[in-house]
This record gives sequence, structure tokens and C-alpha cells, in this order.
Amino acid sequence: MSDVKNPTATSILRSEQLAIGYCSKKGTHYVAENLNLRLERGQLVCLLGKNGVGKSTLLRTLSKTQHKLGGTIFIEDRELSEIDSSQLAQKMSLVLTEKIPDSQLTVFELVALGRQPYTNWLGKLSSEDHQKVDTAIKQVKLEALSHRNYFELSDGQLQKVMIARALAQDTDLILLDEPTAHLDLHHTIEVFQLLKDLATNTNKTILISTHEVNLALALADDLWLMRPDKFVSGSTANLIESQDLQNLFPTEQLTFNEKLKQFVFRTQDTDTGLPSKK
Amino acid sequence: MRTGQKTHTTSFAILGLLLLLTAFTNIHLGSIHIPSGDIASILTGYPSAEKSWDYIVLNYRIPKAITAILVGSGLGISGLLMQTLFRNPLAGPFVLGISSGASLGVAFLLLGASLFGGVFAGLAQQSWSIALAASLGSFFVLGAVLLVVKKIRNTLSILIVGLMFGSISAAVINVLSYFSNAEQLQQFVFWSLGSLGNLSWKELALFSGIVAFSTVLLLRSIKPLDSLLLGENYAQSMGVALKKTRRILVISTGLLTGVITAFAGPIAFVGLAVPHLTKLIFNTSSHKILLPAVALNGAILLLVCDAIAQLPNSELTLPINAITSLFGAPIVIWLLVRKQKINV
Repeated sequence: MSDVKNPTATSILRSEQLAIGYCSKKGTHYVAENLNLRLERGQLVCLLGKNGVGKSTLLRTLSKTQHKLGGTIFIEDRELSEIDSSQLAQKMSLVLTEKIPDSQLTVFELVALGRQPYTNWLGKLSSEDHQKVDTAIKQVKLEALSHRNYFELSDGQLQKVMIARALAQDTDLILLDEPTAHLDLHHTIEVFQLLKDLATNTNKTILISTHEVNLALALADDLWLMRPDKFVSGSTANLIESQDLQNLFPTEQLTFNEKLKQFVFRTQDTDTGLPSKK
Repeated sequence: MRTGQKTHTTSFAILGLLLLLTAFTNIHLGSIHIPSGDIASILTGYPSAEKSWDYIVLNYRIPKAITAILVGSGLGISGLLMQTLFRNPLAGPFVLGISSGASLGVAFLLLGASLFGGVFAGLAQQSWSIALAASLGSFFVLGAVLLVVKKIRNTLSILIVGLMFGSISAAVINVLSYFSNAEQLQQFVFWSLGSLGNLSWKELALFSGIVAFSTVLLLRSIKPLDSLLLGENYAQSMGVALKKTRRILVISTGLLTGVITAFAGPIAFVGLAVPHLTKLIFNTSSHKILLPAVALNGAILLLVCDAIAQLPNSELTLPINAITSLFGAPIVIWLLVRKQKINV
């Protein structure tokens, strides 16, 4: 990360000595400490790590849904703790893993909820709001479903609607927590490609926590690797060089193939003829 | 018309007309037959053919109709709020034990006199003290439910907790009844059957004041309520101040339920049934539409129930609480069977 010339001017999000985890009666449980993170504009960053390592905790802390245990987080030049929720809603939007409760909202209405930070006390949409909602729905290519109730949609379509809602919120920063968790391969690739295009074309910064390691390797501008003992970030090439990717999963069955730039089953190595032994 | 915006002008117009019609019918019906022409002239400020009719309509039937409107719309609104706040279609003032809390407050006041003596006995004679006791009781239970909600996030557990609070209240009421005398017991039982007809204009003014105050509080929450449809985390990410919103919703629901239960007794079912009825008619989840629609529907439903409870042209009056359940439960069952799906 030494290649950043003037971090404060460009970083949309950064943290200094950030500590994350949980406070309970039994004491404080640290999930990770001394995190010095940095997100630049127009970047697609994937947060990788095995289950339970604290990816969701990190995203929740960065989005102020959960208290940090130490250090500071900056959104542009302001400290996160000093930004109230209505201001933060204009800077950062979320796509979460949680299932949303049943209701009779249509796709359009659901996406339009993303305009709430900008609408009046009754939530009335101006013509500009309407246009932004329409654009967001168009960006995820769901125009045809705009008037359907959202509970009629498939998981893949619903996830795109949630992304459209985040787009309608018109924020520079979008955080997504495992956006492809329930999707098949086809929809997973579609969602990732969509997010990649958004980062490239609209200069939005997109942070995704995901288990789609191979897709992340192929598409992400930067990777954040979370392991119980340490946190590293950098481009795919740098992380291969530093052997950090190879050590992401502490398992015998899965190895990182440097030529393919993919994780592969160890048993498959002989088939591909590409020995991945270091 | 813009894409995605549904207009409901016609539905609102029909409901408005229905409200006027049911209100008029409600005033028209009663143990003494008064011709509709005379009712109309009394309503427009002219004397009718008989002086006693004027008295009946002005001091008995009109206050009762207004009470029905306030009770129906207030309970409907608090049911809607509970359903959105707890993201559960089964939530309502009754299921969450709030009405039981109000009953508990009133039971302490009416039945506790023999246990706690002097001060309570004096207070029990005042109508405002019943209102206060009921409100305190409903706040108490609502607060307790919310404390538990902080610990457990599973909505099904929340409902069970509400039911448990309801049965604790019922048990305490049983103990209190055991120690009270026949007269106090009768007073409490009559209160608990529900009644729309015992309010003076003065009490009605206080009642409408509190209902109006809670409604004004709610108007500011229409937008947060809509985003709460996506759950609390999403709502927060869209700029909703969660704690403040939750506090406002709890205070206004507690006030509405408390004051209604105080003045009209624990009216069952309206709080649960009316929001569902409305959502099915209007086919929307937008609170901008639902809040006024629920208020209208609640008022109409209770006016109709009250007209039935009157048993027109007879001396008898059935307890309103029995009618709302007899009338409301089949409607909800029918809707469920027809629609196969029920939403928050």
C-alpha cells in the first residue's frame, strides 16, 4: 500500500489501528486488532477468509452497525463516530445477508426506499428520485419486474434488487456481505460482473465479503485477506508473491495454483498436470 | 401517472363514504327507535320531534359513535405499528400482552382497594385514574417486552414472551379478584367486557386529545416505518435513527392502547385483524397509505360491531368485546384461506 501517494485526499475509507470484536459481560473478545485499512475510489475490493474469522464483524464495524473496540475509522476526512446515521446514509449503503421480512412492497417501492436519505418527511419521491430509482433498476436489468411484488422473485433476482436499492441510495461506497451466498454459479458470476462494471464505470467503491475466492481473484482490484492471526491486503499479484494467498486456508485438500491463479483440489493437480507444490 | 406509484383515491373515497354511512347507521340504531329524519335534523343542529330524542342522540349516541371511531382507528393503528416494529404478522396489542398490562393496571386500581385500602378506593371513583392505571399498566408490559426484545432477536420468541406476560397479568388479576368483594369484582368484570357507551363529553375530549397526540407523534415516523419493512439493519443504513424511532413507536402505541383500554375496556381482535384486512384491500405495505386506511377501516369495523352489539330495536346490549371477536376472527380466517399468505 506504499504506492498511495496522498492517502487522505483519495481514500474514501481508511482506518487506523482499528480493533474489532464483541463486548459482553464476560469481557471483551477481540476478533482482530491493529487494522490499517484503506479503500480507494473506483475500486472493487474482496474480503476473503474462512467462516468465523470475522468478515461480517469487520463489515458491521465499518458500517457503524457495531461498535469498534479501538482505533479510528475515517470516511473521506471525517471520523465515522462523528457522522450521524442520516449523513452516513448518503455516503455508504449496505447489502446484507439477512432475509428481509415478508411485505407487499413492489420491486420499485423497495428500490425507492433507497432514496430515503434524500426525500422529505413523508418520503415523497421527486422526479429526480424517480429517475434515480429507474436508473438503478435498469443497471441491474430488472426493468421487466419493476411492478412485481418482491416475494415473487427468485433469490438471484432479489439480490439484484437489493443491489439496485443500494445504487438508488447513490453513495460513493457500497458494502456487501456475502451477496452471492444463496445463488447458483450463473447468478454469482452475473452479480460479480455487475459489481465490477459498477466500480469501473461509476467510480463507486465496492467492498464485498465473499467465499467466491476464485471469482474474487479474477475480478477484484484488491484483496483483503483475513486470517485468525493476521490481516493482509494488496493486489492478487502481490499477495501471490508474498505467499499470503497460499496460506489463506489451512487445509491439505485445497492448494493455490499460481499458474491458474485459482484454488484447486489437491487431487485435481495430477489431472491438470500442473503441480502446485511449492 | 408515474410508474410504481399506486393511487388509492377511489378506495379512500369509498371508505370515507362507508364511514359516514356506518356512523349514521350506528347513531340511528338503538333501543329506542328514532326516525332517520329526526336524527338528521339533530345532527345538523335543529331540534327533533321529541325533546328526549335530542337528549339521547346528543348525550348518548353521538359520544358512543365517536368513541367507536376513536377506539377502532386507534387499535388498528397500534396493531399496524406493532406488526411493523416486530416484523411479525401476529403482533398486536393483545398478543404482545399490552392490553393485559392495561387490564392489570385497572385491576390493581379497582380490585386492589380491599388489599391496599383507602387511597385506592378514593381513586377508583375517578374515571381519569382508571385511564392512568391502564396506561401505566400497558407501558409497564410494553417496556418489559422491549427489554426482552433487546436480548432475543427471534420474533417468534418475542411473541411467546408477550403471551407469557399476558398470562402473568391474568394470574395476578385472578389473585386480586380472589381477595376483592362482589361489588368491586362486578365493576372490573363489566369494565373487562368492554363498553363504548359510558363516556361523557368531557372524558371524550380527553380521550380524543390523547389519540390525536399519539397520531401526531406517529406522522413523523411514516418514513422510518417504511424502511423498517426491510429490517432494522437496513433501516439504519438508510439513515433511520433506530433508538429514537423505536421509542416514539413504543410511546405512541402504549398511549393509544392504554387510553383505549382505559375508556372502553380491553377490546379484543381489532388491533390484529384491521391491519391485515387493510393490507389485503389496498395491497400495499406503504405506511403513508396504510396508516389512514387502517384508521378508516378500524373505525368502520367498530361502528358495525357496535351496531350489532346494540341488537337493534331490543332492550339488550351485548358486550362489544364478544362481537369484535365473533365478527373479526372469521374474517381473518377467511382471508388467510383465500390469500394463503399473510404479510407484515
